[in-house]
Amino acid sequence: MNALTTMMLLPLLGSVLIALIPTDQVLRIKQAALGTTLLVAISGILAWIKFDSANTSMQFVQSASWVPSFGINYSVGVDGLAIVLILMSVLLAPIVVLAGWNESEGGRWSAKVFYILILVLETLIIGVFAATDVFLFYVIFEVMLIPVYFLIGGFGSGERAAAAVKFLLFSLFGGLLMLASIIGLWVLSATNGGHTFDLATLSDLHNWMSPTTQNFLFLGFFIAFAIKAPVWPLHTWLPDAAASASPGTSVLLLGVLDKVGTYGMIRFCLTLFPEASKTFTPLILVLAVISIIYGAFLAIGAKDIKRLIAYTSISHFGFITMGIFAMTTQGHSGATLYMFNHGFSTAALFLVAGWMISRRGSSTIADFGGLQRVTPVMAWSFFIAGMSSLALPGLSSFVSEFLVLVGTYTRYPVAAVIATFGIVLAALYILIPVQKALHGPTTPGNENLPDLNLREKIAIAPVIAIIVALGFYPAPLLNVINPASAHVLKVQGFTDPTPSESAGK
Amino acid sequence: MQFFAPILHYAQLAPMLIVLAGALIGVLIEAFAPRDSRHSSQLFIALFSLVAALVALLRMRNQTSIDAAMGSVSFDGAGILLQASVLIIAILSVFLIADQENFTALAASVPGSDEERQALQTDLRVTEVYPLTLFAVAGMLLFPVSSDLITLFVALEMLSLPLYLMAGLSRRRRLMSQEAALKYFLLGAFSSAFFLLGIAYLYGYSGSLTFLGIQESVTGGAGNDVFLLLGIAFISVGLLFKVGAVPFHAWSPDVYQGAPTAITGFMAAATKVAAFGAILRIFYVSFANAEWQWKPALILIAIITMVFGSVVASTQRDIKRTLAYSSIAHAGFLLSGVIALSKPGLDASVFYLFVYGVATLGAFGIVTLVCDSAGEVGDLNRWSGLGKRSPIIASAFALFLLSFAGIPLTSGFIGKFSIFSAAYESGSTAILIAGVLSSAIAAFFYIRIIVLMFFKDPVEDGTSVLIPSALTTITISISAVITLILGIYPAPLIDFINANAFFLR
Repeated sequence: MNALTTMMLLPLLGSVLIALIPTDQVLRIKQAALGTTLLVAISGILAWIKFDSANTSMQFVQSASWVPSFGINYSVGVDGLAIVLILMSVLLAPIVVLAGWNESEGGRWSAKVFYILILVLETLIIGVFAATDVFLFYVIFEVMLIPVYFLIGGFGSGERAAAAVKFLLFSLFGGLLMLASIIGLWVLSATNGGHTFDLATLSDLHNWMSPTTQNFLFLGFFIAFAIKAPVWPLHTWLPDAAASASPGTSVLLLGVLDKVGTYGMIRFCLTLFPEASKTFTPLILVLAVISIIYGAFLAIGAKDIKRLIAYTSISHFGFITMGIFAMTTQGHSGATLYMFNHGFSTAALFLVAGWMISRRGSSTIADFGGLQRVTPVMAWSFFIAGMSSLALPGLSSFVSEFLVLVGTYTRYPVAAVIATFGIVLAALYILIPVQKALHGPTTPGNENLPDLNLREKIAIAPVIAIIVALGFYPAPLLNVINPASAHVLKVQGFTDPTPSESAGK
Repeated sequence: MQFFAPILHYAQLAPMLIVLAGALIGVLIEAFAPRDSRHSSQLFIALFSLVAALVALLRMRNQTSIDAAMGSVSFDGAGILLQASVLIIAILSVFLIADQENFTALAASVPGSDEERQALQTDLRVTEVYPLTLFAVAGMLLFPVSSDLITLFVALEMLSLPLYLMAGLSRRRRLMSQEAALKYFLLGAFSSAFFLLGIAYLYGYSGSLTFLGIQESVTGGAGNDVFLLLGIAFISVGLLFKVGAVPFHAWSPDVYQGAPTAITGFMAAATKVAAFGAILRIFYVSFANAEWQWKPALILIAIITMVFGSVVASTQRDIKRTLAYSSIAHAGFLLSGVIALSKPGLDASVFYLFVYGVATLGAFGIVTLVCDSAGEVGDLNRWSGLGKRSPIIASAFALFLLSFAGIPLTSGFIGKFSIFSAAYESGSTAILIAGVLSSAIAAFFYIRIIVLMFFKDPVEDGTSVLIPSALTTITISISAVITLILGIYPAPLIDFINANAFFLR
């Protein structure tokens, strides 16, 4: 059976299994959820091993007719970009389950509902990266909102219902704009060989589109993805959602789901509408640079630790978007690697922050202090996660941020130079809370906080291991990403600028 | 002067005749059967005649002709599909009507009188609602297959008059119900007058009353175009009134709110199918060649209807009024199928009408269940926490709302996709954009209701969810299953509609 379909079915089966376990057997439910996500992670790793990085076409392809009269197919397949993101998602899922072992308690509904939602979400996440049929992608893109909505609204804290609604309305609005573009694409595809949603066929369609049409269709997709990613000024839902969601949900939301936005920009915006992408590049780069700087400033000013992480993510997504629209191989590879790394460093930050918050009963940074002495392991974990977030050389994010900046500089030096200030600001927004929360005298009330327990250590260890390992040796990922990025750009006629020799030679 | 006996093809008219016969038997039962046995026998007759009509219809599905009744009735593929939809919806409605909690004990009694009190005490039942339903259904069966203007008018009155009465049968807040009935009747009579005037103009224009005769005149272009325009305009007023399109919608919120909920569901679902069936037929058959004369106006009406319905729905505090405005918005979406004026537009409309009707019935079925000691609870605030009180009912309601909102994996999404793509394919970009934007607005209030049900705590004010009777359960669960299945795997029905939906002309 097809590897991707199997990976999508496993969590679904797991959720059915959980539905059959009596509601009061919470431990059994958690074990089933952990077992399922581990199984999916293993099958993900196996798929990763089987994946042939030299082959730039889609792999693990499967296609079955779904609604033939509309030309809709269930088509899945992955290239280097998609497999990397799927790998990231399936690795993060068991970590989220393990790290947030008690998250489901105190929710509006039972633990059963929580884990069913998480597993359904995992299926959809794999599907959204694997879909090669535009309609299938859209369906999953929209349906994915529902479990997240209930996860935020049902198991979050604070103003969770309002945050969930804000998230849903923003996303639905973007989704409906995308639907208009998808209908447009579909109707146009009839003039060029019959109605289809097949991505490969549609990627030729831009040759037959008028520039105006292409621009409008591009905008429908781009706005949807820019809301998801999120790019300034469409980011306002994210801090609220992240602050209200439980840490595990936040990891899935910021670490995984938001990547659908940036992934979609590569897979759909650039592939389907290359000319329009070029037209809008200056505008998008401006937005990306604003996101980088503005997100960083918001983060510096943040008092709430969860909001802080959300704001840093806005800055990071600015980098990713900039790397994508630089349209250079390095920029693209950097952006994709950035997505992977951001997943893990955000996960580390959110999970450790979640533990800190649940121990202290507060998410205000000022309430922490001197954790280094009281809870050394937790403090060190947070420190490393923070260093990864500010892209310290030797940690994985450095490689990707560097690649993005280099890739952007070769074509858009001004944007790259301004974005570099983002790195300086990153040092501020990470080091200030690190200093406040971890160092200095122990704030009264924190003396007796317990350090990480074994379960939490097991959960955080692989994340930190990946952050450090990929910092020193990113080749295994880059070997897969590079050919894929080069292929995506080449197919639609983007070329890297040739380095010009300096004058006076 | 010579008279010829009309040649009638009874087999093709059988569905209507069976339903009419059932209605007449119902009247006889009212007159002669003892009171105790009336309810069960009426229910049996109603269900039996509707099912028999459906069977007769399915047996005749391959024998299409335009000569079923001397050119007055077209028994063609589209007509059969619409009739089948009406019958299925009617059967499901009868299940709701059978739950007599919502109906007045004695319709003829003055509200608040001794007579009424006595009737309530002796537990009388309004069994006359069954023959009325059957008469209305017979009219609804005739309406979409009528192919001359007089038959169309007769069908219009045949379906309307029983509905006016049925709207006044509510058990509680009877004055409001009777006011709604009167309002509906007066405005309905007003619109019928317009309709008749339109017939006169069209007869003056073409010298013919049949759709085909008008079509010939339009194609030939010999007549006076002013008469044609006036005729189309006035006929449209009558038809658009029935579907509740802006600016002819004013009756619908009041009537939806005042009528017994089971009747509201029947009216909202079945009338829409019948009336849109007639609109589709007359515009596709008679006026197709004059499209430049009516299309701009109809596009304008469609856009206003979508936007108005969606915007006003978001301000409502009563569940039935919210659903009324939502149905106005859906009338706007459905008009895009008329505007498309193409085979895909017809297919999409037929599909949309069926799935919308089914979901509407399910939704109103659930409204009948949310009660306090004084009857149904319409106030949305009191719906809060429904998800906690009764998770299954709340989930089913959420499913219907998601279908109305057009979220993927519900039938409403497929309907919306197909109808908007048909409209766009025929060149109406404005419809696509307006449709998508008003869907976004509409999503807001559908989601607000979901928030109320799931994310708010129940208020202890005596609101409770009745345990549905067996028949109501059947309606709600069949509607939910159809909504879900046609959302996940619509291909068989879509293919069937594509193969069969034709207007003979």
